[in-house]
Amino acid sequence: MENKNWKAENSEKVLIKGNYAIAQAAINAGCEAYFGYPITPQTEIGEYLSAKMQELGRGYVCAESELAAINMVMGAVSTGAKAMTSSSSCAVALMQEALSYASANELPVVLVNVMRAGPGLGYIYPAQGDYNQAVTGGGNGDYKIIVLAPSTVQECIDYTYRAFYLAQKYRNPVIMLADGLLGQMMEPATFGNYPYPEVDTSQWALTGAKDRTSRAIYSCAPDEKKQIQRIYDLFKKFDVITENETSYEEFETEDADIILTAFGSMTRNIKAAMKVLREKGLKVGCFRPITLNPFPTKKIAELAQNVKNFIVVEMNMGQMFKDVKCAVNGLTKIDLINRPCGEWLSVEEIVSSVEKILEKNYAASV
Amino acid sequence: MQQVFSIPKSIKENMRYTFCPGCDHGIAIRLVAELLDEMGLQEKTISATSIGCSVFLYDFLDIDCVEAPHGRALASATGIKRVRPDKFVFTYQGDGDLASIGLAETMHTAFRGERVSAIMINNTTYGMTGGQHGPTTMMGQITTTSPTGRNREYYGYPVKMAEQLALCDGTAFSARVALDSIPHINEAKKAIKKAFQVQLDGTGFGFVEILSTCPTNWHMTPEQAHEHVRTKMVETFPLGVFKDITK
Repeated sequence: MENKNWKAENSEKVLIKGNYAIAQAAINAGCEAYFGYPITPQTEIGEYLSAKMQELGRGYVCAESELAAINMVMGAVSTGAKAMTSSSSCAVALMQEALSYASANELPVVLVNVMRAGPGLGYIYPAQGDYNQAVTGGGNGDYKIIVLAPSTVQECIDYTYRAFYLAQKYRNPVIMLADGLLGQMMEPATFGNYPYPEVDTSQWALTGAKDRTSRAIYSCAPDEKKQIQRIYDLFKKFDVITENETSYEEFETEDADIILTAFGSMTRNIKAAMKVLREKGLKVGCFRPITLNPFPTKKIAELAQNVKNFIVVEMNMGQMFKDVKCAVNGLTKIDLINRPCGEWLSVEEIVSSVEKILEKNYAASV
Repeated sequence: MQQVFSIPKSIKENMRYTFCPGCDHGIAIRLVAELLDEMGLQEKTISATSIGCSVFLYDFLDIDCVEAPHGRALASATGIKRVRPDKFVFTYQGDGDLASIGLAETMHTAFRGERVSAIMINNTTYGMTGGQHGPTTMMGQITTTSPTGRNREYYGYPVKMAEQLALCDGTAFSARVALDSIPHINEAKKAIKKAFQVQLDGTGFGFVEILSTCPTNWHMTPEQAHEHVRTKMVETFPLGVFKDITK
């Protein structure tokens, strides 16, 4: 049995499974209620919280469905409380309606998707096939969701904290897009304390219309002009989010001819592949978007000025590839190394695929 | 001169009345507003609103509310109540919202015995979309999607929510009322009050199904519609209290 007694103030390194790390981080972040429905490979989040939330006297509901779970979150966060749900791929599909509503109604919903393989029921092995689902969304209408992609258990903690903060700061839903690999993996990590200030929700949260006029949060818009303005306003807000919150990591890009790009836990393998390729004398760097939305388009465009080849490595059929291609905008060559799901592309596979790509693209020079 | 009748405090000033002539939504919302006033609940109420003709609740009631997608109001209400147990939380939903698309959310709210209250307007049709067959459409009833009348072969049978919810352990109060006459309106108010009170007392889930007119989609005058409630609807949907654990 794994140790389940991490303390909020724990500044020591603990060996912990990704799903438990996410759950404890939610508690540390001040999550007042968790609503969820079991699905592998994220079920430990709900298991852990079922015990802890009751211990702490906070809210917990084993919801009847993912539809209900995320709508419970919407109700809870409308009061100014922090609340979350977690799920996986095919069940996150059921939450798309609510994400559209939450975006339109500017509700700070936090959703953790520990991805499994699709389409359909797929299976429980890891995959990154929900990039599009998270970034472009499956709900109706024009809306945008903040998407954070962790690559280590430590980042599962850090980005859970950040998800709660950004959701309330911008009154926008946030998805943390993890995967089965991270959810099920144990790594050393440190919780520390929730590092963000508490956001003042008093100007909009529903608390009962006492000593003020009543507040109604709704997206129903019989007035066409108001609806047009609302959408412009939502997109203006996302421009601010893009300006302030776009984040990424780059490794050895200064002199790089080739940049490997990946998100989430695939970042680990491109960094290792980079080292091997550097040892072989190739000038390879790595670039890793942390916010998949807002996407670091500007930074990639800047890097593309001095690079010959972007190579996107992902566990899907090339979903982030399209966004990188759009950012590169014809300035460099761009290639894809991928597998739809299952066993992660190994460092050796990535290295040999990169070599093949270079041979194809630069047969004369390499 | 003594004022004997006024608009309840919980009704918004300058509200624009948008329901069809003869529709009972107006009476139902007024009863809710009167009770929010009389029970001193307006300032501690947070409602999760629904989709359909009931969607405009926030245009009428001067209370805090958040929109839920179609059928999900009781899930959102659960979320509100779980983080703010000191607030008064209720939903006001149509039959399509509560008994069809939201049936799972409704039943599980009752199974869990959530301390929330729900009011369902049963007018046996989807009113806002123009009168289609729905979960409570009566046998033989003609709608735009049951053009020869509801029959068991194609449509099966109507849902009787007040009876169904009375079977749930977590339900503290479940009743069906009508608004076709003054005595019935008075009884309806008593039932809604009870459904609110069980929440305040922490007893369990409170539910009231209100038989309601839809003269526009029934192709009737308001008088004919109320006569229809009085003589036909009550045969399928008998009035009464089906569960009251406070007794």
